[in-house]
Amino acid sequence: MKWKAFKTAFPYTIPIFAGFWFLGLTYGIYMNASGFSFVYPMIMSLTVFGGSLEFLAVSMLLSKFAPMQTLIMVLMVQARHLFYGIAMLERYKGVGAKKFYLIFGMCDETFSINCAADIPEDVDKGWFMFFVTLLNHFYWFFGATLGGVVGSFLTFDTKGLEFVMTAMFVVIFLEQWMKEKKHYTAYIGLAASVICLILFGADSFLVPSMVCIVAGLTCMRKPIERAGD
Amino acid sequence: MTVEQQMITIGICILGTMLTRFLPFLIFSSKKQAPEYIRYLGRALPSAIFGMLVIYCLKGVEISGGNHGLPEVISIGIVIALHLWKRKMLLSIAGGTICYMMLVQMVFL
Repeated sequence: MKWKAFKTAFPYTIPIFAGFWFLGLTYGIYMNASGFSFVYPMIMSLTVFGGSLEFLAVSMLLSKFAPMQTLIMVLMVQARHLFYGIAMLERYKGVGAKKFYLIFGMCDETFSINCAADIPEDVDKGWFMFFVTLLNHFYWFFGATLGGVVGSFLTFDTKGLEFVMTAMFVVIFLEQWMKEKKHYTAYIGLAASVICLILFGADSFLVPSMVCIVAGLTCMRKPIERAGD
Repeated sequence: MTVEQQMITIGICILGTMLTRFLPFLIFSSKKQAPEYIRYLGRALPSAIFGMLVIYCLKGVEISGGNHGLPEVISIGIVIALHLWKRKMLLSIAGGTICYMMLVQMVFL
């Protein structure tokens, strides 16, 4: 039963395999280039297992200690998981103790496969989703750790590698953008951040930006919801 | 940051992430629907948050001095162009990053 679920799950994870190796490796090298031992990407890829936050964590670890700002930042960046969870309430039901791991490892990519995959009748759905989660987790962990280890042996100049994070967010933003008919929410996010950056400066603009975004989304709820139809 | 402070920061990352992943399963049974306002935020937040994260990545760019943000503008242009053309996430990210690295290492010194 498990073997069959594994064989069914594996092909679904191949695109993620390619992506996570590349991004995980880059993340590990980036951490290494920022002065951290491979233990950091290894532990973070195992425990946090969320790419965008792990990249952000590098700059948070390099700035001055600000636990409150870190927590708010983490909750805002990861808030989307709340909605993944809401979407998966039904699907993760009745899979036994595996449910704990399924929720623990629910990153964007794992969520999208487990949420969208058509699992054949004769395949155990709990084990299928378990292996999707486990394989993706493994790809990311392996890539990140390897990057952290080989980073110190790299002889080419890694200056500018940090742009990989900017590029990743630009692509995710663009994907969101292309899914929408109207771009009110994207404009609110960009405008609130730019205004707060100018007003509060680079070190402390995030929290005000997030407050402004939630306020903006709440005030603009009617037109935004109309545009979503 | 001291090592202890780093551990706390990483701990917050883990705790915050797990809170967002587990909370819905703790609060809502599958019979009870989440409030409408929460579900609305769920649909509306992602675009705004990723917009903010793009700005966050660019917070250190000097508009009036240095390279005036030219390497960033050019490389983001490459990312967008590649993505509109092929819509392959890895290609867009790799292309933009390589372009940026070449610019800051060879052109804008």
